[in-house]
Amino acid sequence: MKTESEEFIPAVSNDPKARLSLGSLVPYAIVGMFFGIVFVKAEIVSWFRIQEMFRLESFHMYGVIGSAVLTGMVSVFLLKRLKVKALTGESIRISDKVFQPGQIYGGLLFGFGWALTGACPGPLFAQIGAGYSVVLITLVAALAGTWTYGALRRFLP
Amino acid sequence: MKLSLQIKTSVFFRLFMEWLTQPWPWYVAGPLIGLTVPILLLLGNKTFGISSSLRHICAACLPAGIPFFQYDWKKESWNLFFVGGVFVGGLVAGTFLSNPAFIQIAPATKQALAAQHVTDFRGLIPHDLFSWSALLTLRGFILMVVGGFLVGFGTRWAGGCTSGHAIMGLSNLQWPSLVATVCFMIGGFLMTWLGLPWILSL
Repeated sequence: MKTESEEFIPAVSNDPKARLSLGSLVPYAIVGMFFGIVFVKAEIVSWFRIQEMFRLESFHMYGVIGSAVLTGMVSVFLLKRLKVKALTGESIRISDKVFQPGQIYGGLLFGFGWALTGACPGPLFAQIGAGYSVVLITLVAALAGTWTYGALRRFLP
Repeated sequence: MKLSLQIKTSVFFRLFMEWLTQPWPWYVAGPLIGLTVPILLLLGNKTFGISSSLRHICAACLPAGIPFFQYDWKKESWNLFFVGGVFVGGLVAGTFLSNPAFIQIAPATKQALAAQHVTDFRGLIPHDLFSWSALLTLRGFILMVVGGFLVGFGTRWAGGCTSGHAIMGLSNLQWPSLVATVCFMIGGFLMTWLGLPWILSL
């Protein structure tokens, strides 16, 4: 059984304006940095907060995710409606997600891992930065998981 | 005049720092995280997603001839710069803005965890469970290594994580992302209610 591999290949822009340069990449690092600060300060990277969420004993995480989605929704709607262009001159286009059984199976497996580690991939990086050095091991394990998926994916639904 | 202005700014600065070092409420953090979506789109038509960085690292370090890792990862390096920034952000917040008090979590959660011998509430992560010495215990191994593996394997199989599916995908009204998000939550509930009580007792 062969699965469609194209949609998993990241879209590569051939736009010459989108060519790599350090100057064009640094803004992403700055955005990432603010993101990391918010992650730590709102305790989203806390194992305790994730426990609270899954035990349905606090609104905090639901409030964070809910208001983030709402903000994102309004922004995407406005960007599309006003046909805003990116700073690089590209028109903003978001490719649609295609349904795959993996979203169910993989989704469940990630859910297990989320409850165990108390972290999704983003918080892993922030936790290591915040001084929890042992999380490096969790990150290496996550890389091993991603690699194993890549090696096995032709056998998976 | 000059002195009173100085005092005023120093009082303001102190209050500002006090506010910064406290945990931020959800209605501040959530919208800030949501704003990442339009900022990345505006910067260079990039769709928000963090777990892809794990794939790019694999493609960069150990492609091993696997077709899934054969692509020009350098063209996606913005994503690696982004997670590099997240690391630095964690460092800044953990070093300069860290909250000196114990973590304030729901009393019910605290009680339930204490009953399972998780009693150290000093940091963001329970030191009882996540530390270099705990890594060598069966419990620590399951939490850190097995858990991490599931995060990496599951997010890639699902084609995204909380950022790519739950925040980016739902923002763009994608129903497959809703399916994925619901499954993330079901998996988390199952593990928390059925798996963790046993794992924590190990």
